[in-house]
Amino acid sequence: MTLNNKKLAAPYLVWMVLFTIVPLAIVVYYAFTDDAGNFTLDNLARAGGYSSVFARSLMLALVATVICLVLAFPVGYFLSRLRVNKQRIMQMLIMMPMWMNFLLRTYAWMGLLSVNGPINTILGFFGIGPFTMLNTSGAVVLGMVYNYIPYMILPLYTSMTKIDASIVEAAEDLGANLFQTLVRVLIPMSVPGICTGITMVFVPAVSTFAISRMLGGGSNLLIGDLIEMQFLGNSYNLNVGSAMSLVLMVIVLLCMSFTSSFDEEEMEGAV
Amino acid sequence: MKTKHYRLMQRTYMVLFFCFMYLPIAYMMIFSFNESKGYALFTGFTLKWYKSLFTNSTILNALWLSLQIALFSAIIATIMGTMAAIGISSMGRKSRLLVTNLTYLPVVNPEIITGISLMLLFVAYQKFAAGEGWLAEMLPDQIMGFPTLLIAHIAFNVPYVIFNVLPKLRQMDIRLYEAALDLGCTPRQAFFKVVLPEISPAVVSSFLICLTYSIDDFMISYFNSGTRETLPLQIYSMTRKKVSPEIYALSTIMFCIILTIILVSNAWDTHTYKKNQIKN
Repeated sequence: MTLNNKKLAAPYLVWMVLFTIVPLAIVVYYAFTDDAGNFTLDNLARAGGYSSVFARSLMLALVATVICLVLAFPVGYFLSRLRVNKQRIMQMLIMMPMWMNFLLRTYAWMGLLSVNGPINTILGFFGIGPFTMLNTSGAVVLGMVYNYIPYMILPLYTSMTKIDASIVEAAEDLGANLFQTLVRVLIPMSVPGICTGITMVFVPAVSTFAISRMLGGGSNLLIGDLIEMQFLGNSYNLNVGSAMSLVLMVIVLLCMSFTSSFDEEEMEGAV
Repeated sequence: MKTKHYRLMQRTYMVLFFCFMYLPIAYMMIFSFNESKGYALFTGFTLKWYKSLFTNSTILNALWLSLQIALFSAIIATIMGTMAAIGISSMGRKSRLLVTNLTYLPVVNPEIITGISLMLLFVAYQKFAAGEGWLAEMLPDQIMGFPTLLIAHIAFNVPYVIFNVLPKLRQMDIRLYEAALDLGCTPRQAFFKVVLPEISPAVVSSFLICLTYSIDDFMISYFNSGTRETLPLQIYSMTRKKVSPEIYALSTIMFCIILTIILVSNAWDTHTYKKNQIKN
């Protein structure tokens, strides 16, 4: 006998159909129809006309994800080797900035990076600069890395806590240098964390629009910006916007199936 | 020798990393007290931005709306999600898998997709309600604003409640519930006296998660707010204009509140932990 309360799920099931499934169905419907409701592939073709924006989004998100991974890997590892009570404090220190709205943190970077901002002022003392840092694609990548790096660190850290210190010691005793230990032991053993981290950084990075708007100026449009403009901006067109969203969804699904398949393979190999 | 060198490198790396993480926050805190509106030079200490923040009625209204939406959506999402979790856990394998997979959709979908898909639904509804027919006559035409915000926030919060409560239900010993029934409880009594206390930590933490997600949400609210502005939306429209140290002041206050909450809850945790240790 179990808790026989299937009926309790009824309100949620209705809710799920109404506010999860129906809206996504409407997106698909809009993507394949014109104003009059006739079937058309025009919207997808028009979305395809922005392929350079799609390519830029993918590129910037990819770069940001790789930088996050490289920067987060040592942090996660060092964290997992600390004493437990210290780990908790460090974990909190990493989470704390996330508690502040990301718009506020991104806004602070606007001030920090501006031409007459503190970074350029300090560089000026050494006779370097000033550099134009704001409104560049570099600034957008920085914003993505800064905002999403905790999502990379936490899964990495979780999978690394499961790596026994004696395994690393054994590798060293058997003559592996730092690089060999990294490639042969640490990286293979943290694949689940790496995969989770990649999806958790890549998905929001590829679909953001606020970060690119604030740090990239008008010149670094991303998919998110395009979609936003179709729904609330100047080029109001729900059909084209839906087509773009559909493409974005497909990209995200591909990315996730890629990382999860990799994850499973590694798991089988490990056993 | 090698380990000493390694330790030093590790320390330096962590320090640099935390500098990077806290640089913007430190910057905002310092410049919230700055006399002039500049980016770089600290020209003198003032509290005027804090003063103007607390007399700024649009910000206060936005904060009030955010709190209302957060509270209502968290309550509704927690109740509906907990009920759903209980329902799902008593389903058969196949239907359980189907429902949990569909519940994952809003979690894994980019937020912007959730936002625009709900917006399309509401637009379609408004078109329908503005049209002819007895049903359309009865339905309200304009829903963009509080109602749509509330629905959207419940929609993205419920999955988190379900995925938080489900594992707790699985851990629970079903025999406790059966024992309650054997001892003469009605199913309703058994639920409130046995099941609910057992899963209550998960329910409470879900409620808190919902509150924080809701207060913090920008993307989904952005597409479903009509003309209303929650706090993150207000912050966004402020960042579109000129530099305003009021935003720095607001950030500083929020950071201090969060810091206090975390420190207090942490102190509470260690306190109860020590107490339990003494007991044992």
